[in-house]
Amino acid sequence: MSDFEKIKSQLKDKLTKAQSSQEVEIIRAEIFSKNGLINSEFKKLGSLSQEDKKKAASKINSAKQELTILFNEKAINLADDEIDKRIKKEKDDVTLPEKNFRIGKIHPVSQVIDEISSIFSEIGFSVEEGPDVETEYYNFTALNTPENHPAKDMHDTFYIEENMKTLLRTHTSPVQVRTMLKGKPPFKIIAPGRTYRSDSDQTHTPMFHQLEGLHIDKNITMGHLKGCLNYFVKEFFEVDKIKMRFRPSHFPFTEPSAEVDIGYRIENNKIVIGEGDKWLEILGCGMVHPNVLKNSKVNPNKYQGFAFGIGIDRLAMLKYGINDLRSFFECDYRWLNYYGFDPLDVPTNYRGLSK
Amino acid sequence: MKFTKDWLKDHLKTSKTEAQIIEKLNSTGLEVEKVEPIKNELSDFIIAKIIKSEKHPNADRLKLCHVDIGQKELVKVVCGGPNAKDNLLTIYAPPGSVIPKNNIKLEVSKIRGETSYGMLCSESELNLSNESEGIIELNQNYKSKIGKSYFHTNSDNVIELSITPNRPDCLGIRGIARDLSASGFGKLINNQSVKIKKTGKQSLRVKIEKSKNQACTIFGSCLIKNIKNKESPEWLKKRILSLGLRPISAVVDVTNYVMFDLNRPLHAYDVDKINKGIIVRNSKKGENFKALDNKDYILDDDMCVISDHQGVLGLGGIIGGTRSGTELNSKNILLESAYFDPEITRKTARRLELNSDAKFRFERGIDPNSISIGLEKASEMIVKICGGEVSKSDIQFTKKIKKKKILFDPFLASKTIGIQINTNEIIKILENLGFKIKNKGKALIVEVPSWRPDVHGQIDLVEEIIRIKGFNKIQSIEPEKKRLRQTLDFFQRHFHLAQRSVASKGYFEAITWSFTDEKINNNFRENFEEVKIINPISSDLNVLRNSLYPNLVYFLKKNIHRGFENQSLFEIGPLFSGKKPGQQITVICGLRKDNLIDVFDIKKDVVQTLVELGIDKNETSININTPSYYHPGRSGTLITKNDKKLLAYFGEIHPKIIDKAYGFEIFLENLVKYKSQNKKDKPTITFSDYQKSDRDFSFVVNKDFQAQELLEIINNIDRSLIKDVRIFDVYEGENIPLDKKSIALKVTIQSDVKTLNEKDLNEISQKIIFNVEEKASAKLRS
Repeated sequence: MSDFEKIKSQLKDKLTKAQSSQEVEIIRAEIFSKNGLINSEFKKLGSLSQEDKKKAASKINSAKQELTILFNEKAINLADDEIDKRIKKEKDDVTLPEKNFRIGKIHPVSQVIDEISSIFSEIGFSVEEGPDVETEYYNFTALNTPENHPAKDMHDTFYIEENMKTLLRTHTSPVQVRTMLKGKPPFKIIAPGRTYRSDSDQTHTPMFHQLEGLHIDKNITMGHLKGCLNYFVKEFFEVDKIKMRFRPSHFPFTEPSAEVDIGYRIENNKIVIGEGDKWLEILGCGMVHPNVLKNSKVNPNKYQGFAFGIGIDRLAMLKYGINDLRSFFECDYRWLNYYGFDPLDVPTNYRGLSK
Repeated sequence: MKFTKDWLKDHLKTSKTEAQIIEKLNSTGLEVEKVEPIKNELSDFIIAKIIKSEKHPNADRLKLCHVDIGQKELVKVVCGGPNAKDNLLTIYAPPGSVIPKNNIKLEVSKIRGETSYGMLCSESELNLSNESEGIIELNQNYKSKIGKSYFHTNSDNVIELSITPNRPDCLGIRGIARDLSASGFGKLINNQSVKIKKTGKQSLRVKIEKSKNQACTIFGSCLIKNIKNKESPEWLKKRILSLGLRPISAVVDVTNYVMFDLNRPLHAYDVDKINKGIIVRNSKKGENFKALDNKDYILDDDMCVISDHQGVLGLGGIIGGTRSGTELNSKNILLESAYFDPEITRKTARRLELNSDAKFRFERGIDPNSISIGLEKASEMIVKICGGEVSKSDIQFTKKIKKKKILFDPFLASKTIGIQINTNEIIKILENLGFKIKNKGKALIVEVPSWRPDVHGQIDLVEEIIRIKGFNKIQSIEPEKKRLRQTLDFFQRHFHLAQRSVASKGYFEAITWSFTDEKINNNFRENFEEVKIINPISSDLNVLRNSLYPNLVYFLKKNIHRGFENQSLFEIGPLFSGKKPGQQITVICGLRKDNLIDVFDIKKDVVQTLVELGIDKNETSININTPSYYHPGRSGTLITKNDKKLLAYFGEIHPKIIDKAYGFEIFLENLVKYKSQNKKDKPTITFSDYQKSDRDFSFVVNKDFQAQELLEIINNIDRSLIKDVRIFDVYEGENIPLDKKSIALKVTIQSDVKTLNEKDLNEISQKIIFNVEEKASAKLRS
């Protein structure tokens, strides 16, 4: 065995036995440094013949390769050993609480508006809005409400001007008229928003939310109205079947008019929507009165269709089991936290409405 | 509107059950609100159980009983019955009830210092027997009936309808019967002709004064002489009670009866109290009279009054007066059956804040052709009960009743409803409802019955047809899943995103009133117009909000009282900048109360939200002119660089308003407008892989010099090399002059085309130092 081979095997042995990265570094210097084993071996080549040179060089190179691999392996092993040693000492009580995080909340009314928009989006309705302060004309007159209608009483409507010409809208229906006036038929819109009536008890608040719906085209009939609302109610309450009845009613801006009840029953003190022998009124609807179309510059001989109005807060109460309407607007931190929704929980058609 | 099935049967021959009738009424548009047993004088007496009886502290012979009357809470009753004991089932009389034995009305009273809510009854007190020794003892069979009425009525239920304002005809039982009959629920009984002997003329002179706004257009009357007014017979009393009214005397009860039976309000006068004759005229301001509700009313101009030569007798169509009212000893009476204009009647009643069953009917529209039948039916009943002779009727009128006719294309019904309805069926339905029909080619001429003031045009007839045919016959059509337009427009999408963006930073969304307390609002009003509500729901909600802060601050403080020191609330909604429609601005307003945060936390929330909404931070700048409700030294206004549009305010809320709270307001319309005006496509980007170098600098500048400006100067030196500038320290104090501060920053330098060498880096560093020293009057800190 040549000297080279001997030293190599000694160093290999040393390397295997090395315990720390410092030791390894020393060995590394002995082999790879300027005057280390490899370099000094290469320096010897100068005196050899061409053929021997080639042979010896390839021998040194393969030795260099072998040692490099060994070193890398050793380095990894040693690093692992050191990690093993270190993590033995690193022990945290992970049952201690996590760092604080804050999850915000979306108000149930906003969530329900998003749910409703998502449902109506699927069947081609788009969202419109109108101002909260309205004129007497858009809120009543254009909607075919007679001059002396009880709704115009001081005790129902909030007025902004002494002459009673501007007021806080009592329903979202004026958006119907505004929408039709600024566009051309067909119209297929929903309009959610704040509405105001001078009322306050467990089921009434001076401000509440309504959703208006309007579909006007050439041949839209009460059959479409029924189908549309049936679809909506089923989707909203996320049930396959829903018991529903249309009761004739009266609104100045629709003719024929109806109120819609849905079936429910009480189970363990909770409302179960969809079946049962009790009825719950949830919305008003009807075929848009020809006078409203005329006031909106739509020809009632050519176009017809339906409109509906739904109490959004009431839907939220029913779906999410909230008892007191007033609590919606009282900002109680505990209430907002309890009934509010995770902001990432966005109702969509494809994911579904609720988590 | 209330009725009983028994009464309905006077007008409708039907074999349907009460349950079937109720279902039918609902499906024809006469909504059933309530069904409950008829109340009478005895329904007040309730089966009750003494839960605990103890000795009255101040009286040996009395006991203090805690009684279960079927309500949530027990009532306390003082009782003298020696047999009152725990667990005894007995009969309880609540305050307000009238004890049959002595006709005394019970009141809440103190008996020897203990308050007694009602009383426990003996048999004699209820006229059941003469037994008055102790209170009634009921057997255990009554245990399940606690809270129910003891006197069980075998009669019908009262069905209460909620009649929509367009259907005055159904404010009479005959109208209800007519609808049911048209719906195939039996035959309408023909009972509308009265045979009654009439003797002599109505001799009292009646005159309707012609004047502008005269509400009365028809005034019919007849005299009934020599009657003997008395208590009504049992059957009539029972019906009056079923309406929820109190029986008074035969004459009054009969007029009420006819009002509810035919929807025909009547009024009875004691003729002997009328001075000479009746004049129907408009009031003069200041006239007054005492009405039957025992209140004095002072009238305004132009209210329709029935008067005699002495003064006002009553308000036409609304309420009679006490001066000419009938009493049990009235001998000769005048019956009035008139027509009053709905609108004028309504206005008058509203001005006087007066409500009555008659007014409720006249303001909705009474059948003008029911004048005679009303007089005749009432006369017949009064004579039957009280005797007397009836005169012929006198009918004064100023306007002829016009017949309303509608030219109707029957196809409109199918076209609106969506199912085929043939003309024969249409004719049948309408005729059953009292419409008269003639054919005219393919169209129909439909004459509207005088009791249907709500029917004006073809579409009203369509409603009648489908109402009677039944909404359940309409075939439901599945909605088409086709979208013509995007669901949300550009603005709405940002609204939606903003809402969830802020919530995702730990804020709870609140929805508060659009109105607020003027006093709190004034803190935030700035230059906006104050928008007062004329008739607010309460005096502390009397203006529309000029900012979202007033309500949020109010409720935040309330939550602090509930024990929540740290809170984050936000609201997205309108503030009102003026009183015209559309003068509103959509704001997303966040409010944080937290003792550990400072203005940079709130700034982070607002800037991050803006960035999430698609605003490039580099296109915004900040100035320090903020509204007065912010802390002047710790607040800022975020504007767009190019057109100085207001995007948001942020900062500490002025400590005079609330201590240690931070807030922001983002103005959504401005933001969306800016974005749509500055829409740009995202350019394709290549990332430089050449070496990046960081260089730190520290400059000493004047104390009031804004960091934002420093960044601006450096960023503008060479955008191709300076990739990022970050401030990492601001220092004031030792080694720095008092009026100066030192700002330390890290500049990232990188070229897109080569690796920069030491020379290049020094060059750009020198440029930075030179520019900053020159433009910011700064000194590099050595």
